[in-house]
Amino acid sequence: MPPRDNTPRRIVVAMSGGVDSSVTAALLHEQGHEVIGVTLQLYDHGAAIGRKGACCAGEDIHDARRVADRIGIAHYVIDAEQRFRAAVIQPFADSYAAGQTPVPCITCNQTVKFTDLIQLAADLGADALATGHYVQRFDGPEGAELHRAVDPSRDQSWFMFATTKAQLERCLFPLGGYTSKDQVRAEAERLGLVVAKKPDSQDICFVPAGSYADVVAKFRPDALEPGEIVDRAGVVLGRHEGIARYTIGQAKRLGAAQSGETRRVVIGLDPLTRRVVVDTAPPDSATIRLRDVNWLTAPRDLACAVKLRSGEEPRPARIFLENGGVRVELDAPTRAAAGQACVFYDAARVLGGGFIAAAPQDSN
Amino acid sequence: MIYLDANATDILRPEARAALLDAADLGGNASSIHAAGRSARRVLDQARAAVKARLNAGAAEIVFTSGGTEADALAIHALGRGRRVIIGATEHDAVRAAAKGAEILPVDGNGVADLDALRRLLEGPPALVCLMLANNETGTLQPVAAAARLCWAAGAFLFVDAAQVPGRMAVDVSAIGAHALAISGHKLGAVPGVGALLLEPGIAPLPLLAGGGQERGWRGGTHALPAIAALGAACTVPPSNLAPLRDALEAGLPPEAVIIARDVPRLPNTACLALPGVSAQVQVINLDLAGIAVSAGAACSSGKVTRSHVLDAMGLTDLSPCAIRVSLPWNATAADVSAFHSAYRQMARRLCHSAA
Repeated sequence: MPPRDNTPRRIVVAMSGGVDSSVTAALLHEQGHEVIGVTLQLYDHGAAIGRKGACCAGEDIHDARRVADRIGIAHYVIDAEQRFRAAVIQPFADSYAAGQTPVPCITCNQTVKFTDLIQLAADLGADALATGHYVQRFDGPEGAELHRAVDPSRDQSWFMFATTKAQLERCLFPLGGYTSKDQVRAEAERLGLVVAKKPDSQDICFVPAGSYADVVAKFRPDALEPGEIVDRAGVVLGRHEGIARYTIGQAKRLGAAQSGETRRVVIGLDPLTRRVVVDTAPPDSATIRLRDVNWLTAPRDLACAVKLRSGEEPRPARIFLENGGVRVELDAPTRAAAGQACVFYDAARVLGGGFIAAAPQDSN
Repeated sequence: MIYLDANATDILRPEARAALLDAADLGGNASSIHAAGRSARRVLDQARAAVKARLNAGAAEIVFTSGGTEADALAIHALGRGRRVIIGATEHDAVRAAAKGAEILPVDGNGVADLDALRRLLEGPPALVCLMLANNETGTLQPVAAAARLCWAAGAFLFVDAAQVPGRMAVDVSAIGAHALAISGHKLGAVPGVGALLLEPGIAPLPLLAGGGQERGWRGGTHALPAIAALGAACTVPPSNLAPLRDALEAGLPPEAVIIARDVPRLPNTACLALPGVSAQVQVINLDLAGIAVSAGAACSSGKVTRSHVLDAMGLTDLSPCAIRVSLPWNATAADVSAFHSAYRQMARRLCHSAA
C-alpha cells in the first residue's frame, strides 16, 4: 500500500473513465482531500468511430461522471478538442509525413495533460494534479524525482520523461506503488466503482480502429502518396503507398522489394523524394542524437541505462552533452527510429530523455 | 449553494408546487366524459385561463406542449409550411434545430435584431420569421412589436419564442401582434415538461404528434395535468421585480469584468459577464466550487461546454469564450448577490493577475 498523504488539500484528478484514474480519485477522496474530477474531451468520439449523429462524448466520459457521482465529488468535462488536434494529432501526422515514428501519448502528456491540466489545477486553486499513471514521484535532494512504478509490467515512466521538473513538483501518482493491476482492480471493487472490471484501454485513443494511416491521411494526405522503394545505392526495388506506412526496422509491406532470398528491412524514409530505403543489414546504430531533451537532474555527461522503447529493458549507454543537444552512445548497437523516445534511467529513477532525431543517413 | 442559473431552470414557486401535487392526487383524464374526467377538465381549463390572463392573450388559442422546445418546433412546423423561414441570429437551439437552412436575421453588438435587414429579407415569397422576445444568454429584448408590423405588412408570419420572459416581466401578447408565441413552464417557476404555444385563432392545426386529437387537433397525447396545473398556478403569480438586484450585482463587479448588452433593454434578472482572457468554463467551475451556480454557453449532454453562438453573432468573438451568464431566480436576495460578489472577486484575483 502506498504511503498516505494526510494533509487535506484541493486536488484535481484527471479522470479518463478507466479503472486507474477512477481508483486514483476515490483513494484521494477517501484520504480526506477535496477532489475535483476533470475529464478531457479530446476528440469527437462520434466522428472517430464513424457513426454519424453519435454523441461527441464517448462512453468513457459517462463512466468518469458515474464514478465521480459514486464517490461524491465534483466532476467537469473540459473541451480540449481543438487543443488536442493542434498539439497532438496534427504533430502526429506531421511526424509521419517527415518520415519519423511519433509517440503521441508522450506529446499528449507533455501538452494537454501535464501543461494544461496543471494550469487548470492552479486556476481552480488546487495544490496538485493527480493522475492514474503507473509511475512514482519522490522528493529527493534535487526536488521532485520521477521513478518507475513498482509493477514493472505497468510502468509508464517511459511515456512521462518529458514532464518537466516544475510540473512534477505539482503532480501526484497514487498508483505507482501498487504491485499489480489486480491490486488496483481490487481497490476499485472495495470502493464500489462501476469500472472495476472495465478492460484496459488499448493503442492510441484517437485511432479507435487501429488504423493510424487513416488519421495521417486526413491531416497529411501527402504522407500517403505513392513512391519508390530503393536500396542504399538508389536502385528501385518496388513501390509503396506512402512513407507514413513505414517505420525504421520494418520488414512488412515491402512487396516486390522483399521477394528475394534475403530479408530486407527499412533503414530510411525520405519525405522529400518520398523514398523508402531498404537494406539487408539491420539499421542498427550505436550513436543516437536527441532533440527536445528534458532533464530531471542537472544536465551532465552520464553513464546510465536508456530505454528506446516502452516495453524493453533498459540498455547500458553513455550520454554526452553536445551542441545544446545530447548524443547517446549505446554499448551495443540497436535499431532507433526517429521520433521515438530515448529515456535515461538510473535504476528506477528517470533522469531525463529526448526524442530521437533523424540521423543523417536516414535522409539518404 | 446559491442558485443563480434561473434561465436554465427557475426555482419552483410554492403555488405551482401545490397545484402540481393537487392535480397529481386528483387523477383523471381530461378527455374522459365521467365525473373524474370532468374534474380533470376543470383543472385544465383553469390553467388555460390563467395562462391567457397572464399573457393578455385575448382570443388566442393555447396549446399545451411538453415544453418550450416542442412549442418552438410545433410553431415552425405549422407556420413554416410552404414558407421561407427567417430566424434571428441569436435564437435558441430549439428554434435553430427546427429551422435548419433558415435565412439568418443579423443582430448588432448588443444582440438586437436589425430591422432594416428584416425589411430586406421580407422582400420575396411569403416567410415565417422567428424572433425571440428575450435572449437566454444576454437577456437582450428584441423589438418584436416593430418586427410584427413589418411581418404583417409583408404577409409574413411572426413566431416569438418568449420562453425566458413571463416569469421575469409582464408580457402582453395582444400588444406584440405575433402569429404565435411560445412559453416554457420551468422558466416561470412551474416544472420542466410543460410549455405552451399561443396561436392566432384561425390557423389550421398541423400537429407534430397527432395522437388522439387532444388540444383541438394541435397536440395529441393525454394531458400532463399536474405539470399543466403547475404552469397555470405559476401564471397567477406576478413576476418579482429583479432589476434592482441585477443592477446591484452589476454595480459591484471588479473593473476587469465586462457587462454584455448593458445599454439595451434586457430581462431584469439576467447579467452576461465576461472576464477577458479567462475561459468561461474555468469561471463556472471556480464559482461552482465556491457554492455559486451560474452557467456559460450551451452544455451538451456530456457536460462539455460549447462556444456561444449568441455572442459570436453579436461580433463579440473575443469575449464569447470568456462570458458567463448570471440569472437571478424569482426569490433571489441581496445576500445572494453579495455572496456572488465575494466569490467573483476572489475568482478574478486568482485568474486575472496574469493578464495585467
